[in-house]
Amino acid sequence: MTVLVAEINPLVPKTAEIVVALITFGILYWFVAKIVVPRFEKTYAERTEAIEGGLAKAEEAQASAAAALEQYQAQLADARGEAGQIREEARTQGAAILVEMRQQAQAEADRLVTNAQAQIEAERSSAVASLHAEVGTLASQLAAKIVGESLANDEIQQRVIDRFLADLESQPSGRAN
Amino acid sequence: MIGSFLADGYIPPGAEEVFPPEIFGQVPWFDKAILLVIISVFVISVFLWAAVRRPALVPGRMQFTGELLYNFVRNGIGRDIIGSKDYMTFVPLLFTLFTYIMVNNLWGVTPFVSFPPMAHIAFPMVLALIVLVVYNVAGIRRQGLGRYFKDVMFIPGVPAFVYPILAPIELLTILFIRPFTLTLRLFANMFAGHMLLLVFVTGAEYMIFEVSNPALKAAGLLTGVLAIVMSLFELFVELFQAYIFALLTALYISGAVNEGH
Repeated sequence: MTVLVAEINPLVPKTAEIVVALITFGILYWFVAKIVVPRFEKTYAERTEAIEGGLAKAEEAQASAAAALEQYQAQLADARGEAGQIREEARTQGAAILVEMRQQAQAEADRLVTNAQAQIEAERSSAVASLHAEVGTLASQLAAKIVGESLANDEIQQRVIDRFLADLESQPSGRAN
Repeated sequence: MIGSFLADGYIPPGAEEVFPPEIFGQVPWFDKAILLVIISVFVISVFLWAAVRRPALVPGRMQFTGELLYNFVRNGIGRDIIGSKDYMTFVPLLFTLFTYIMVNNLWGVTPFVSFPPMAHIAFPMVLALIVLVVYNVAGIRRQGLGRYFKDVMFIPGVPAFVYPILAPIELLTILFIRPFTLTLRLFANMFAGHMLLLVFVTGAEYMIFEVSNPALKAAGLLTGVLAIVMSLFELFVELFQAYIFALLTALYISGAVNEGH
């Protein structure tokens, strides 16, 4: 044991290992510095660029979408306002038309009633007049037949007729109709 | 009991275990450590080439793993410690150191190999000397020879009468102590870890197969379980030492290139 430990001192480096360490580390360092690190860095840069580009694009899209939304909302509000206005106008117009129509109808009705009344009045008047004459003639003929003498005298005849008619008119209205 | 146990013929592993005989008898210098170091560099190169062969914005599995490792060293060690101004210059060195030490260390827990080349002091020593040259040259190039050493030796804010003691210590630190501790830390951790695993494994083997005492056989089984636990612990130590080496390198470089440390 003691012989072995004396032979092998772990604190004394072997020359061959020093050389191998230098060479292997050198090779690895060269590979890492020339190929590995630049490639990783290039990928990072590209990735950062891609992400930033994507972010910018997304922001742009978002902004345009927001603008479009705003525009649509404004248009919608406009349309709503317009529709309200139109509705209001229509309501007003409708009310006006209604009133006008009502007035026209009323006027027409009034006119019709008035006309009818005037016609009725005229017809009644003419009927009364014709009846006047006819009844007078009939009555005088009848009286002449009964009395046996002609009421030649127009004045007397007229007086008789008038009296008769006055009697007729003074009778109750239920009979007259 | 230990006495009788040893008397039975158990030979504890010694330093010679870390120096297995040359694998090719004809080539006396070509030992296991050298073979493993060469394989390590080959493995690392192949892996890194697979990771960067076809770089894509959306990485594949290999590229992703490579980027994870690279990011860890580049940002976690380089950028965070050296600072954003000039860390990129040193990222290749830090990344090479980290992968080189890590893969070489991992041989320590690789089944059928279980040998960490860094347990041979030549390898940590060479790495530490490279680091020594790098941070001193970086400091001198950044600040000029005179200012660099003045800055190192005469730390501002220290009373003048301390300088006679402090200045030589500081000079000794940057020229000798730092590489020495870097070397020893890595070497000793790997050496001791290897010995520890050997003690557990050979001890378990001996107690289970060579001793007839049933109590010792049970103890041997327990030792075997502990050997597995210690292997996991070694795995941690191996990764951690690679990290520490790269981290301290970054710290030394940072101290040299950043003024007014």
